[in-house]
Amino acid sequence: MKEARRSFGGWIFLGLALLAWGSLALVAPEQSSKSFDLFAGLLTRVIPALALVFLLLLVANLVTDQPWIEKHLERKAGPGGWLIAIAAGILASGSLYIWYVLVGELKQKGLRPGLAAAFFYAFSVKLPLLPLLVHFFGLNYALVLNVWLILFAVLGGLLVERLEGCSHPISPDPLKLM
Amino acid sequence: MRDRIVPGLKKTLQGFFALLPVVLGMLLFTSLAMSLFAGQITGALFGHGVLLDTLIGASIGSVALGHPSASYILGGEFLAAGVGLEAVTAFLVTWVTVGITHLPAESLLLGQRFAVLRNVIAFVSALAIAWLVPLTLRMLS
Repeated sequence: MKEARRSFGGWIFLGLALLAWGSLALVAPEQSSKSFDLFAGLLTRVIPALALVFLLLLVANLVTDQPWIEKHLERKAGPGGWLIAIAAGILASGSLYIWYVLVGELKQKGLRPGLAAAFFYAFSVKLPLLPLLVHFFGLNYALVLNVWLILFAVLGGLLVERLEGCSHPISPDPLKLM
Repeated sequence: MRDRIVPGLKKTLQGFFALLPVVLGMLLFTSLAMSLFAGQITGALFGHGVLLDTLIGASIGSVALGHPSASYILGGEFLAAGVGLEAVTAFLVTWVTVGITHLPAESLLLGQRFAVLRNVIAFVSALAIAWLVPLTLRMLS
């Protein structure tokens, strides 16, 4: 149901874009023709990247899924905890706020705040969308950006851990949740 | 193996069809905005020096909502319009790591202190990454 709602939001967004286009075509047909040329050029450039995105999404879905991430994120103890949190963040897909629920539950069970933060920071590394990033910014930029994002995921996690204190797992406000 | 392929393919198609209207809509809006206000958008928002531009890029990304692919398209167009790589990088990074609009939900589910700390650290990290990425690229070249 949630997936259906999310998909619907995307279609509403596309509908609004088409509406804006339709309005422009009525008011300024010449301008809309210029916009269309720009759109066609952009789309032609993006299609090959989108095909790769589809393939990578398929691979990501075959290799891992939410129960896998849930199971491995729960293994919070040990030095591999950071590696698992980062890997889980990279492999996780969908909108960030969907993961607030799962990570919130795990935190209540004792997941360290630093690992939770590292998971959210690593979420910015979007492997299936890499072709799109490479298409717009080049391979070197994509690689350098992702390496820094991973390094800062660890640093950010450590900083949250330090400032929050790992001895007190954070729990959400029970009154607000009721 | 077939047990994994069929649900995997189904999930991929669902994810891809959720992504497709966002990408198409973003391309439509971007081409519309770029043809109508080519110089004005980037000129009005950016062009105030690297430091301020980076802060502006990071701030826009922090309040923006949407799929990361949308930020790539917008960022790519910003870059093509002459906006600095530092500002575009800050915009891309905060788009996915800072969620001002998600903050109430994050506070509710993960605790207010954690949510605020995480977002503040993510914002500062984005500024650092925005400075480090172009620097690394220059060093590599």
